[in-house]
Amino acid sequence: MQAFTSLTAVAAPLPLANVDTDKIIPARFLKTIKRSGLGVHLFDTLRFDPDGNERPDFVLNQEPFRHAQILIAHENFGCGSSREHAPWALLDFGIRCVIAPDFGDIFFNNSFKNGILPVRLPRAICDQLIEDAKLGGNARLTVDLGRQVIVRPSGEEIRFEIDPFRKHLLLHGLDDIGQTLQHVASIDAYERKRQTGQAWIPAISVS
Amino acid sequence: MSTTGPRTLFDKIWDSHVVERLPDGTCILYIDRHLVHEVTSPQAFEGLRMAGRKVRRPDATIAVADHNIPTTDRRLGIKEEDSRIQVETLERNVREFGVPYIPILDVRQGIVHIIGPELGLSLPGMTIVCGDSHTSTHGAMGALAFGIGTSEVEHVLATQTLLQRPAKNMQVRVDGALGFGATAKDIVLAIIGRIGTAGGTGHVIEYAGETIRALDMAGRMTVSNMTIEAGARAGLIAPDETTFAYIKGREYAPKGEAFDHAVAYWRTLPSDPGAHYDTTVVLNAGDIAPMVTWGTNPGAVVPITGAVPDPSTAKDEAERAQMQRMLEYMALTPGTRMQDVPVDVVFIGSCTNGRIEDIRAAAAVARGRKVAANVQALVVPGSGLVKQQAEQEGLDRILLEAGFEWREPCCSMCLGMNPDKLTRGQRCASTSNRNFEGRQGPGGRTHLLSPAMAAAAAVTGRLTDVRELG
Repeated sequence: MQAFTSLTAVAAPLPLANVDTDKIIPARFLKTIKRSGLGVHLFDTLRFDPDGNERPDFVLNQEPFRHAQILIAHENFGCGSSREHAPWALLDFGIRCVIAPDFGDIFFNNSFKNGILPVRLPRAICDQLIEDAKLGGNARLTVDLGRQVIVRPSGEEIRFEIDPFRKHLLLHGLDDIGQTLQHVASIDAYERKRQTGQAWIPAISVS
Repeated sequence: MSTTGPRTLFDKIWDSHVVERLPDGTCILYIDRHLVHEVTSPQAFEGLRMAGRKVRRPDATIAVADHNIPTTDRRLGIKEEDSRIQVETLERNVREFGVPYIPILDVRQGIVHIIGPELGLSLPGMTIVCGDSHTSTHGAMGALAFGIGTSEVEHVLATQTLLQRPAKNMQVRVDGALGFGATAKDIVLAIIGRIGTAGGTGHVIEYAGETIRALDMAGRMTVSNMTIEAGARAGLIAPDETTFAYIKGREYAPKGEAFDHAVAYWRTLPSDPGAHYDTTVVLNAGDIAPMVTWGTNPGAVVPITGAVPDPSTAKDEAERAQMQRMLEYMALTPGTRMQDVPVDVVFIGSCTNGRIEDIRAAAAVARGRKVAANVQALVVPGSGLVKQQAEQEGLDRILLEAGFEWREPCCSMCLGMNPDKLTRGQRCASTSNRNFEGRQGPGGRTHLLSPAMAAAAAVTGRLTDVRELG
């Protein structure tokens, strides 16, 4: 996983609430067995008309937002399906950070596993950042994970909270599985303990 | 977070599955059952392969293909190449990694969330995960069950654990007797309408109260299934005699003495008196009418006797803009009576409402009636066993005589990954769980409702109050 330390980039304003993962990447694009290549379908129905032409009024079809690496949205971003194709599509497009008042729980988790930083900030602050973002290429935001601040174009710093364990993994680009396997002795011990007195959990084999 | 005072059902299941608590409070949580399907697993198996890792507990894992499968004759194979490749990839992966698999032509094949409880794989007190947000369904068994992403699927395959922090406890209590025509689907739609689509974020929702206790297991699963639509990853319903009677004798359920021991343990699981909930919401069942959604999230819902709401009544500008956008997408005008909205397609099925009880409810409305001209009505049983049972009861004949199509089990038009999709502009009365833009096909418009209400819409050709059909 790519580490996330600090990012200074164009931010795209997407002032919509309840942007569900079907909207981020519709189900018909989930028929892939790879993680890469989904960026062309990101926000498919918002970005393209039924004939596949770009909708000029959609933010990611406009300069400089085509090159945005930060996205700012409203409440409940990434609600709905558990599809990790949503962060894969965002990442493939180039988005490394999403800022919103709150997120769907599963999307929030999935983002961290892919080197994308989801930042929760109150709605009023998101709206301020959306106004900053609308200024385009001359108004880059900086997201500094180490210091847990977002730096506005004015230089004002906004602090955000993040779980320390997730911050550690993200800063160093660490793989979760590798972390857990350092505790494999505990897992072995737990399984041994459960084997006694847990006969109500039958083993599965399909015949 | 091992609690010492009175504990909730969630606390008890959580505490008994903590392998290790890391210094910052993150827990390594043991997973008892891992359900796998073809859409969210290929990249996870690929990750294992690249790292040279194995599946730690194949005997706690089961795979089935359900999203990409046609609802027509399966012996003919899957026509769409990308769907076929995804299913073939699952079949190759389960062989390579030794994971138990239910083949497409096996009578036990079906939607993963239907077959878990049906086969006795999902049991009270377990932790159950699947790369699918509707894993919340299994919470109806009294299990802690939630959806995960593909990276976490890989994590569970490799370690049989997940890194988690405990959720907050929310109790949703429903008391009183349901009115005539109201069902479990109407209960959960009313709950989402009340708390909103993000009302449960960060929580596990335990459903309680006499109305929930009076539901059969199918109804409990419908309620728990849509927990994710209220923003909570997991729903829970305390196991009781209804649960134990449902489990007894199922294929993978414990048998004989092991079953008795299990029941003795399961009886210890319900929340203790005085257990703490971070949030409590109370609904009166008598206030719940048959419900139908008008917008593009499940919280945009009204009683069938209601009308399309007016954005001018919104509480702020953001809500007004969102309502306006939903009305435009749904091609609805404020003030229109919901019962005057015509439908083109009716879909009865999905992990929300694809059980035998749901098919019976639809057939009871369909009996002796005809599907309206210009309406296509699909009934897609949730599993091969549901289909078999329905056919033994003659429900397929009732539905076919009324002009419904009787299909093979899978996810089907809930999300249109197989050929069952809405075309642009089509309007569907659907028993599924999500009315998001394009969910049932690009440009398709979805109204969520119960199986009986869906069948009523099929025979009248418009959204209909099933209570008035007589």
